[in-house]
Amino acid sequence: MLLTITTTHSPATDIGYLLHKSPDNLHSKKLPFGQAHVFYPEATKEKCTAALLLDIDPIGLVRKNRGTAFPLEQYVNDRPYVASSFMSVAINRVFGTLLSGTSKHRQELVDQDIPLKTKIYALPCRANKSFLKDLFEPLGYDVETESYALDRKFPEWGDSSYFTLTLEKSCPLRELLIHLYVLIPVLDNKKHYFIGDDEVEKLLQYGEGWLQDHPQKEKIANRYFRNLRSFSRIALDRLADDSPVIDDDEESGDPVKADSQEEALEDSIKTEKKVSLHIQRHKAVIHALKEHNITTLLDLGCGEGKLLRFLKNEKSFSKIAGCDVSIKSLEIVLERLKPDEQRRGEPEIELFQSALTYRDKRFSDYEAATLVEVIEHIDVSRLSALERVVFEAANPRVVIVTTPNSEYNTLFETLSAGQFRHTDHRFEWTRLEFKDWANRVAKSNGYEVSFHPIGDEDKKYGAPSQMAVFVKPDIEEKKAG
Amino acid sequence: MERTIKIPELSLVILVGASGSGKSSFARKHFKDTEIISSDYCRALVSDSENDQSSTKEAFGVLNYIASARLRLGKLTVIDATSVKPEDRRRLVKLARDHYVLPVAIVLDMPWQICHDRNKERPDRQFGKHVVMNHTSALRKGLRSLRKSEGFTNVHVLKGMEEVDAVKIERQTLWNNKKHEHGPFDIIGDIHGCFDETKTLLKKLGYEVSKTKERYSVKHSEGRKIIFVGDLVDRGPKTPDVIRLVKHAIEDEQAFCVVGNHDDKLKRALMGKKVKIAHGLQESLDQLEQESEAFREETKQFLNSLISHYVFDGGGLAVAHAGIKEEFIGRGAPSIKQFCMYGETTGEIDEFGLPVRYPWAEDYRGNTLIVYGHTPIPEPEWVNNTINVDTGCVFGGQLTALRYPEKELVSVPAKKVYADPIKPLVTKTNGNYGRSAYDLLDLSDVTGKRIVNTKLRKSITIHEENSIAALEIMSRFAVDPRWLIYLSPTMSPTETSFKEGHLEHPDEAFKYFKSQGIKQVICEEKHMGSRAIVIACKDTKTAAKRFHVTDGLAGVCYTRTGRSFFNNPKLEKQFIARVRKAVTNADLWKKLDTDWLILDCELMPWSAKAQSLLEQQYAPVAVAAEISLSETSKLLAQAAKRISDVKTLQDDFKGRLKLAQKYRTAYQHYCWPVKNIEDYALAPFHILAHEKSLNMDKDHKWHMGLIEQLCDVDPELFQKTKYKIVELDDDAACAKASEWWEKMTTKGGEGMVMKPMEFTAYGKKGLIQPGIKCRGSEYLRIIYGPEYTRPENLDRLRSRGLGKKRSLALREYALGYEALKHFVDESPLHKVHECVFGVLALESEPVDPRL
Repeated sequence: MLLTITTTHSPATDIGYLLHKSPDNLHSKKLPFGQAHVFYPEATKEKCTAALLLDIDPIGLVRKNRGTAFPLEQYVNDRPYVASSFMSVAINRVFGTLLSGTSKHRQELVDQDIPLKTKIYALPCRANKSFLKDLFEPLGYDVETESYALDRKFPEWGDSSYFTLTLEKSCPLRELLIHLYVLIPVLDNKKHYFIGDDEVEKLLQYGEGWLQDHPQKEKIANRYFRNLRSFSRIALDRLADDSPVIDDDEESGDPVKADSQEEALEDSIKTEKKVSLHIQRHKAVIHALKEHNITTLLDLGCGEGKLLRFLKNEKSFSKIAGCDVSIKSLEIVLERLKPDEQRRGEPEIELFQSALTYRDKRFSDYEAATLVEVIEHIDVSRLSALERVVFEAANPRVVIVTTPNSEYNTLFETLSAGQFRHTDHRFEWTRLEFKDWANRVAKSNGYEVSFHPIGDEDKKYGAPSQMAVFVKPDIEEKKAG
Repeated sequence: MERTIKIPELSLVILVGASGSGKSSFARKHFKDTEIISSDYCRALVSDSENDQSSTKEAFGVLNYIASARLRLGKLTVIDATSVKPEDRRRLVKLARDHYVLPVAIVLDMPWQICHDRNKERPDRQFGKHVVMNHTSALRKGLRSLRKSEGFTNVHVLKGMEEVDAVKIERQTLWNNKKHEHGPFDIIGDIHGCFDETKTLLKKLGYEVSKTKERYSVKHSEGRKIIFVGDLVDRGPKTPDVIRLVKHAIEDEQAFCVVGNHDDKLKRALMGKKVKIAHGLQESLDQLEQESEAFREETKQFLNSLISHYVFDGGGLAVAHAGIKEEFIGRGAPSIKQFCMYGETTGEIDEFGLPVRYPWAEDYRGNTLIVYGHTPIPEPEWVNNTINVDTGCVFGGQLTALRYPEKELVSVPAKKVYADPIKPLVTKTNGNYGRSAYDLLDLSDVTGKRIVNTKLRKSITIHEENSIAALEIMSRFAVDPRWLIYLSPTMSPTETSFKEGHLEHPDEAFKYFKSQGIKQVICEEKHMGSRAIVIACKDTKTAAKRFHVTDGLAGVCYTRTGRSFFNNPKLEKQFIARVRKAVTNADLWKKLDTDWLILDCELMPWSAKAQSLLEQQYAPVAVAAEISLSETSKLLAQAAKRISDVKTLQDDFKGRLKLAQKYRTAYQHYCWPVKNIEDYALAPFHILAHEKSLNMDKDHKWHMGLIEQLCDVDPELFQKTKYKIVELDDDAACAKASEWWEKMTTKGGEGMVMKPMEFTAYGKKGLIQPGIKCRGSEYLRIIYGPEYTRPENLDRLRSRGLGKKRSLALREYALGYEALKHFVDESPLHKVHECVFGVLALESEPVDPRL
């Protein structure tokens, strides 16, 4: 909500002509979300500082948005106090003339390099602090940052993600304003207010001439786009009482996101053939399915549908289905697999929401069920429910279960001892633990079980992942006969 | 001549007669309008004309649809169509059989001339006489097959006008309908000729058993009656005596008995049918050989009189030998009899060569309690409102009775092993029945749009999008559903206050309760921590017995959304142990005569659970506000020296900085670091329930009194809740309570909760808010933002609607109450879970989160 621009250009007060705001007055302008004020704390020929103060109305902000885009927006909100996309809007509205390259009284100054120093207060930067330097140093600024403790009474809470950013450079004032206009919202990376299509276009227009050469241009572009959410997602967010209401994509414990973390970890052990572990895993699963002549299959806990995507191209399957408890995941699968656009020869695809600790009649409609890297996401105490739901109630001819081999974890350099591969894992098993569990489950439900390593085996610790294939013997024989 | 036709109360009545034979008038005379479905009417529904023959197919589609729906709901239905052809009737007979109701035909056999004359009088029925003649001849031709082979239970033929006019129709209750018998009952498991044990058990149950001249007499001084679940015969030593005793008791109207598969087979053997002599049938035949021919005949008749199942007590209880599916209860069909005698098998054969039984009880979701036998088990087990009471007496087990409505089990041991079972009796650790069916929840128990009826409020709707959201939270994060027997409802704040500087004030809460006719309220200090539900069991045995949880836990502590409160299982165990110890030391197990209880609490500090919220929302706002407001103030002060206009802004921002600092102080009150148990403070305020007792109907004095005792024995962990009891018509007392609130809240307290003294209270329009929170103005800074007290902000914030929040609070309260009621009543888990799940789902409804 506050930034200052200081120049030592001579005469320094000429900055007033550039900004079209006289240093001797207070200038106020009404904006849709509050008031913008421009005033000059100091204004001498040697040094002149202009301050842009944005007085955002916190109550109006919430009330205006009520029931529409952000029903969870809070009155307890940093928006009134920080430099956010509001600040960009204000720069555009208050200093628009200069931005468009015009100065009534000092046109010659518009494109002239002048010594400038700007200070932005309470600038949120949720990414690594070095991101500030990554953004501004390539543009030729001297960058200084000041950080703040979250709460001095509780030093253990650490530092806040707000900074006072000081930038120094000799350049045209217009250039500085354009950089601030584009990069302040990038740093903030939160929901943007009042940005319609035209303003997105404006951002692109202002990026001309410097954005395409910026080493961080992808990150800059990505951060403009916010996720669209379904109603169920919004309902779900209301239940997340233990986590912050304003979610932060980079730090959320979202399993969907975290999946890619786990994949990245596992990718660190590419085999000689350079095939990633998750591809090997899917190949092993598909191989086992084919071996048992499976034509209809249900992927329990299908996540974003990686296995289904592989299966979609397999002619031997007539029907493949995925179920997951996460609606968000299912929406992703829906988008990727487009089950409604089935082509000739492709298996029919079904998707539905279900939870593995509840018996579900639909589970019985398939010859095989797969649980690929799923059981470890279920509390050990709830596994007995899963066993009954899958093996006893659904009781398909073949069940395939894969899970990490925890012995192998010591070979991951980035994992500390005892740490799981994924933040949502409730347990990880050794080969013996997995066998004990699988053998017991097989015995009490009338299955025969075989075990298969997945990934290159280490002599001592085994393969990174492990698979158990459960088969009902009697039916199998009948089929063969 | 008057004639009476008896029709089973639940049947599909098919009228047969030519066009113009008077079916419609006949139907209207004897049945309710809504019971009659006429094909003409259906034709008009789909084609606008009663006589449009081209729409016949669609019209019968509608007719079938309506008939199916009615039969599914157990309603007698009359089909008014010509139905003169066998193929037309076949469809209807199948419809009746599909719904396990009895098909009855009433034939109106009229001379064709009469029919034709009648049709002539109607302008819409101007068709030639050949139509009616064809009808009549088809009818007469089909009469024989109608009587013999079309599968009707009864066929009544009325010939000519006179007979039709003179007939009377009487509805007959079904044989299985004993709804008017309300008990109390003692329901006895499979006897298999174990006469001595039966006598011993009856005596133990309080019956007098005597015998005079070959006739047994069984009587209970309190008027109890016996229900036998069948399989009286075979395997055991004294089958004839058992038959005598049961038969005489039934004749004396002291008992009921349903047919078992063994009873049925013995009957068929006695009738001379070819049956395989096995499974103890030989013993029965040998024993009967010693009896008179007359007795054998008597036995045959008796066994033949036994029916598949009975429904008692207004539909609250059903008894069948091998159990019964919900859709079969109170209906009659050959397939039902098969199911009742043998149950259902999966088609697979187990290692002992016996058919694998399909666990129908696990699918059962009905409200009728079902008692059955057939499969011997070591201990009777409740599965979804059903119970098997066959404890294998003849195999050396016990003979067991279930007392109804008490639901108590009484048993006597077998005197000896009379027969060897083909396979060992299943025990808890092996086989189908050993697996507890208690925890197997079905997705259909929770998903989709649901309407839940509760004692406190009828039809609470849970929308599909909300159950979708709840399913994810429930299955990924919530504690084991067996522990999750309750979730706290949301609570509404007071109506908005217009007192200066206030958004909420106790006055509005007093006003609310007064307007609802409440005389006395309790004002309880509101602690600022996190809501926690704590379940404590006396020991792990109780946890296993009462909660069916066997992983060594003796209690849990979970949050408002059902998540485990402590992320650290060790800490939770210590915490629960500490609570249990306090309950022991306060002697509450004994005082309440229980070995478990569930506490509604606030667990402090707030920061223990809300750390990420503090670090990502509350503290950052304070930091950002402090930086920008203080820097702005500095710069404005500098500018004010040159520009006079700035003065107003300068003062404004100075004031706002102060508010930001107050905001920081407000949340800091509720934070302190926690390392071990002692750093926590637990403030219980309700003992929600304990064994056989739901306490949401006990007044708050009762709760506070017992909780005080709990706090006294462990003041280090437990924190007392200060409270004041206020008579609402005493203005001075109200004012004093407000002062008390003011004092607490200016010191940083969150505020107080005002509740009607009687806990669950009713006003003019039914259930009223069980509690209203009055939050302090400093506390509200962390809800409405640091600067909410500025007059221009407060004015706008005052327009807030409470309607939705209050309705939600009531619906959640009713569901929570129902969940606990079910648990206390030992209902099946899915009943408890449906309600708890409902609370969670309702919590995802859009309501202003600041209320």
